[in-house]
Amino acid sequence: MAFLELHSLTKRFGAITAVEDLTFSVERGSFVSLLGPSGCGKTTTLQMVAGFETPTDGRIVLDGRDLSGVPARERGLGIVFQTYALFAHMTVAENVAFGLEMRKVAKAERTRRIADALDLVHLSHLEDRYPRSMSGGQRQRVALARALVIEPQLLLLDEPLSNLDAKLREEMQLELRRIQREAGVTTLMVTHDQSEALAMSDSIVVMDRGRLRQDATPFDVYEMPQSSFVSRFLGKSNNLAARLGESGPDGAALHCGNVVLHGPKADLPPGPVEIALRPERIALTGPDGGKLRGTVAERVFMGNQWLLRVETEIGDMLVMRYNTGRREADIGETVGLDWNPADIRILPAETNPA
Amino acid sequence: MSARATRAWLLSTPALILFAVLLLVPLLMTFLLSFNSFDFYGGIGSDLSLANYAEVLGDSYFYEIFGRTFLIALITTLICAAIGVPQAYILYRMSPLWRSITVLIVIGPLLISVVVRTLGWAILLGNKGVINTALIDIGLIERPIRMMYTSGGIVLALVHVMVPFMILAVWAALQRQDPAVESAAESLGARPATIFFRIVLPQAIPGVLSGSLIVFSLSASAFATPAILGGRRVKVVATTVYDEFLNTLNWPLGAAIAMLLLASVLVVMLSWNRLVERRFGEVFQ
Ligand SMILES: Nc1ncnc2c1ncn2[C@@H]1O[C@H](COP(=O)(O)OP(=O)(O)O)[C@@H](O)[C@H]1O
Ligand SMILES: [Mg+2]
Repeated sequence: MAFLELHSLTKRFGAITAVEDLTFSVERGSFVSLLGPSGCGKTTTLQMVAGFETPTDGRIVLDGRDLSGVPARERGLGIVFQTYALFAHMTVAENVAFGLEMRKVAKAERTRRIADALDLVHLSHLEDRYPRSMSGGQRQRVALARALVIEPQLLLLDEPLSNLDAKLREEMQLELRRIQREAGVTTLMVTHDQSEALAMSDSIVVMDRGRLRQDATPFDVYEMPQSSFVSRFLGKSNNLAARLGESGPDGAALHCGNVVLHGPKADLPPGPVEIALRPERIALTGPDGGKLRGTVAERVFMGNQWLLRVETEIGDMLVMRYNTGRREADIGETVGLDWNPADIRILPAETNPA
Repeated sequence: MSARATRAWLLSTPALILFAVLLLVPLLMTFLLSFNSFDFYGGIGSDLSLANYAEVLGDSYFYEIFGRTFLIALITTLICAAIGVPQAYILYRMSPLWRSITVLIVIGPLLISVVVRTLGWAILLGNKGVINTALIDIGLIERPIRMMYTSGGIVLALVHVMVPFMILAVWAALQRQDPAVESAAESLGARPATIFFRIVLPQAIPGVLSGSLIVFSLSASAFATPAILGGRRVKVVATTVYDEFLNTLNWPLGAAIAMLLLASVLVVMLSWNRLVERRFGEVFQ
């Protein structure tokens, strides 16, 4: 049995169904991300785990204990809010002390644990400051220390990095992961940022419109998306409508307009499908080579890589090239696109596109 | 001066003129008047002296009036805070629809003239008023309780007039706080009462302090309510000034009292502000 289990969790606000039949679990000590576009029900899910919202249906089980009816203050969870929600009238040390005071921890032990928590987030030198006079990154660390000092069974993070600027965000991703490992605390993080989820998690739960779309490791979610939505939401992807022919022993034939492409063996019945191909798996060849010919319509230089939009007869294809210091194909140039057929993902055709 | 600054000054000229004509000029004239002499037969003299101030400061009668005025203002402020803070918190926690309705009810009284409201209190509080009649009819008391012409009656009516200011000030402060703060405290194990006293209330303190400032200064200089409910018997500074001007016709003495009231209210306000800034400057803005 997993440490945290959500069973068919559902939440309705009047006519709106924010979360629908959500089932997943979190292993002890792991870092799991709840990933999805804004408004897909991530925060609502987290609020139900935290005890601030009551599920309309379903159960939450933490370490074998059903949490229904357990008030938020008795769940013993550490929560970091998107806005940090620091107590503005208390110093850093007082903020961190609050949870320990509520637990009636003796003075001496309290002092020791506050020092440990601040040490963990590298803020020991600022314990007498007020939150108002701190930077976003520092406030974030205070919020983290405050949540961790009570030694929670579970740490909940709601978009913890979204209020930081891009550079600090990347630093904090590593930092947050280090702190989580050192504290050894099971963590459930909500985010709409796929790169954050990929970089930080042991496992990613992808949600869309209140429903679970996929639950797997970052590598598997990226490499083996099970739906068009997941393939497009994580990273960049060229998605094309196609018709799946009979699968042979060495793969399947995919009809895209007048072009026939070869893909890996598919478990799907012949008929309409969607194919997905990552831009970084496409190589550029001379105009006569490759599997598809096209014209470069747009070219963006991004420092470590080039992003090209190539117009082909089956539609526009994005191509990502690492910048190796050589000249890249120019706008208007005719190029050939090549890839390994095994890199094509065959997905069920989307019935109700978002 | 840059063109921008010049334009700013030009644009504010009409308001500045209005301000000067309607506030500064009368104030300055009252100030000058307070140094003139007065006698019953000769009227207002044109000489300048500190005699009026000396008269006020040397007479225990005036000390009593000033003391009573500030005590009334202080108690009114305390009661307003005691009522206003919980009510503002309730308002803050309401659903948007109920909140709009309640805000309307809260500021509704401000739309009615103070005189009308105070006369309403007079009807309730009088010896033959609604409250006393009812209590006698029920048989709880035999003789009416005196409520008209007492400081208590004035405080009661002033609280009614002033409490919206306190509620609005505290409510504004509560709205500035992050709503997730209460959830954070709850997740750390705090019970509702603890959350209110240790998290919500301290963050609302700046609102309570600014609300107190408004209520105190308005109460200390209130005229209509003490005039109607205090009458001749319970005088406050504002009614004393009125009497000097219109009954005794000793304008210079009235002006001196008015100036002393203004000065003492200013001193209270400024030191209050200093205290607040020193205590909370680091925590809040
Ligand atoms: N208290 C509420 N009342 C009504 N609708 C709500 C409430 N909270 C959330 N919702 C709705 O539920 C859906 C999911 O919201 P949320 O969980 O906040 O999404 P996310 O965190 O993924 O952006 C949204 O459509 C939102 O409008
Ligand atoms: Mg959210």
